[in-house]
Amino acid sequence: MAATAATMDGAFRAQAHATPAYNDDVVKAACIATAFWGCVGFLVGVVIASQLAWPVMNLGLEWTSFGRLRPLHTSAVIFAFGGNAMLAASFYIVQRTCRTGLFMGSAGAWFVFWGYQLFIVMAALGYVLGITSGKEYAEPEWFVDLWLTIVWVVYLVVYAGTLMKREEPHIYVANWFILAFIITVAMLHIGNNIQVPVSLFGWKSYTVPAGVQDAMIQWWYGHNAVGFFLTAGFLGMMYYFIPKAAGRPVYSYRLSIVHFWALVFLYIWAGPHHLHYTALPDWAQTLGMTFSIMLWMPSWGGMINGLMTLAGAWDKLRTDASLRFSVTAVAFYGMSTFEGPMMSIKAVNALSHYTDWTIGHVHSGAMGWVGFVSFGMLYYLVPKLWGRAGLYSAKLVAWHFWISTLGIVLYITAMWVSGIMQGLMWRAYDEYGFLQYAFVETVAAMHPFYVIRTLGGLLYLVGALIMVVNLVKTVTSGEPERAVAPAAAAA
Amino acid sequence: MALKHEILEKNVVLLAICTLITVAIGGLVQIVPLFVQEQTIERVEGVRPYSPLELAGRNIYIREGCYNCHSQMVRPFRDEIERYGHYSLAAESMYDHPFQWGSKRTGPDLARVGGKYSDDWHVAHMINPRAVVPESIMPGYAFLATRELKFDDVADHLRTLRLIGVPYTQAMIDNARADLVAQQNPDADTDALAKRYPKAVVSAFAGDPAKVTEMDALVAYLQMLGTLVDFKSVRPEQLRQ
Repeated sequence: MAATAATMDGAFRAQAHATPAYNDDVVKAACIATAFWGCVGFLVGVVIASQLAWPVMNLGLEWTSFGRLRPLHTSAVIFAFGGNAMLAASFYIVQRTCRTGLFMGSAGAWFVFWGYQLFIVMAALGYVLGITSGKEYAEPEWFVDLWLTIVWVVYLVVYAGTLMKREEPHIYVANWFILAFIITVAMLHIGNNIQVPVSLFGWKSYTVPAGVQDAMIQWWYGHNAVGFFLTAGFLGMMYYFIPKAAGRPVYSYRLSIVHFWALVFLYIWAGPHHLHYTALPDWAQTLGMTFSIMLWMPSWGGMINGLMTLAGAWDKLRTDASLRFSVTAVAFYGMSTFEGPMMSIKAVNALSHYTDWTIGHVHSGAMGWVGFVSFGMLYYLVPKLWGRAGLYSAKLVAWHFWISTLGIVLYITAMWVSGIMQGLMWRAYDEYGFLQYAFVETVAAMHPFYVIRTLGGLLYLVGALIMVVNLVKTVTSGEPERAVAPAAAAA
Repeated sequence: MALKHEILEKNVVLLAICTLITVAIGGLVQIVPLFVQEQTIERVEGVRPYSPLELAGRNIYIREGCYNCHSQMVRPFRDEIERYGHYSLAAESMYDHPFQWGSKRTGPDLARVGGKYSDDWHVAHMINPRAVVPESIMPGYAFLATRELKFDDVADHLRTLRLIGVPYTQAMIDNARADLVAQQNPDADTDALAKRYPKAVVSAFAGDPAKVTEMDALVAYLQMLGTLVDFKSVRPEQLRQ
């Protein structure tokens, strides 16, 4: 086993010697942005969680009410934190696996990076000021959408262009997933944001489809923001960083082919499970449920491929900060991709829909999978990019890991209990055949769980702040790497 | 299989095209029929475009992100029908750009809130929710009561919506401003308004007809929600999708 790892190491190093200059400045910037926006997103999450526990936290100001801050939280975490993590991962991975610098050099990538930050700031300011198109996870108004479209097209050009000028014969599996992420997000973004502005000089627009059609398009988009932004892209991340950190090849090449095509084909159909028992025609709901259940298999294909890559290297979980986070992330991925198909069953959804159970489900995916796999990447990349021998403190990594894990567990268990409880209270009848609870009684009953959820989110934020301290210390006071720097930096 | 897959692994354009085709199929199958199948939207009577004041209120509802906590979609379950009223129809949101069905009930469903509470209750509740519902966790929206509604361009809003399929007539567009002001003034002559927008509630919503506030618009919107279809006259075959 050790012999294999050593040969592989040698192979990587041999590769590294032959590599041209990589454009890593933009990867560094995206790492910083990931950590920054992550903390912003988690902080806003803690604030809005506390607003549900204690309404006084809305501060009585229009800019800080839950209705305006909740899109700020979701967008900050999904698009700012997740998006920058994907920028860092994709630009880093595509260069290494193609053994070439970026297409269009640094200029294209810098345009994508700063263009994307501008998109984030415009969207965020809009939410706070009440400039929103009112569609979940697609709230930015028409002019922000147009700007993102331009940035995204350049992103595709830089990424696909780099793949084209690759020095390797094959396109590595991580790149299939990232390419699918970029292409599909473009399709979804354009498809869900067909709007007509009231005036070219005003922010307000109206979406072209209405009612039931708009609902279907929105959840075709919404569920695949999960499927492609938060899953396909991050699976690409997993397919590079787990094998690298473990020093092992991907467990099954065949499985990666099968689960890639199955995943990208099936995910798109799952949207209608957000519209069970609504005015969406039954045939569409049934299709959505059926494909959501099927989706369980390719999802677990990815989990198995990720976890089994560690065969023979499980001991590294004790010592390798990056692996500890990314492997736990894959475990959370497996859990939430079992929970998702289960919740898409109409009978289960009848109870879970409209409740906190959905919120808990999303957070086991977002905090456990997306968050942890991104933290794993940062712990791997930061020492490498800044030429440090290792992380500043292994102890701080352990603190981050356990505090954040505890935070997630508190969060999702509180939401399971409050969600299922609320769903059951809504449908409870007393012995005389009357509804047993007024709506507001269910609100009051959720208070303790909202407090626990706030605490869970706070722990997660504290964990992230510990990571930031550790990474900053790694860069500013870490031991520089020894003389073979070019090889190590490249690997 | 691995051998054949090699073709895709060595050709970026082919890989990209195959991926795009693969991800396009599901959406096309689920979305396109909704636009072409006539029975997607039930054939009930009464649904009309929003009056200018209701539309302005709806835009405030969207601006404040009310959809983050309130659904507008009653599901066909015994408890929901008893709690909220008849289950929601696709027809009832056929002029909703965008739809506001929501995905979460931190607060109750609002699809049929129209007429359930008085204007005064809504205003008091919006200014300080805990003054009327002590256990409520809703943010207060006191600023709506004092802020004057901007509606100079309300006709442009109607025109834009007509462009994308809402059947606003020329008379509706020409009278948009006048209709907006009239709907919140009980002393105004509202016959023409009532003809253009049947069942439109005319009231001094927030109390002062001399001043059109954002509160007037929002309450006018809430008071019409779910009131347009007369379910006593609906026959089962009209509801078939």
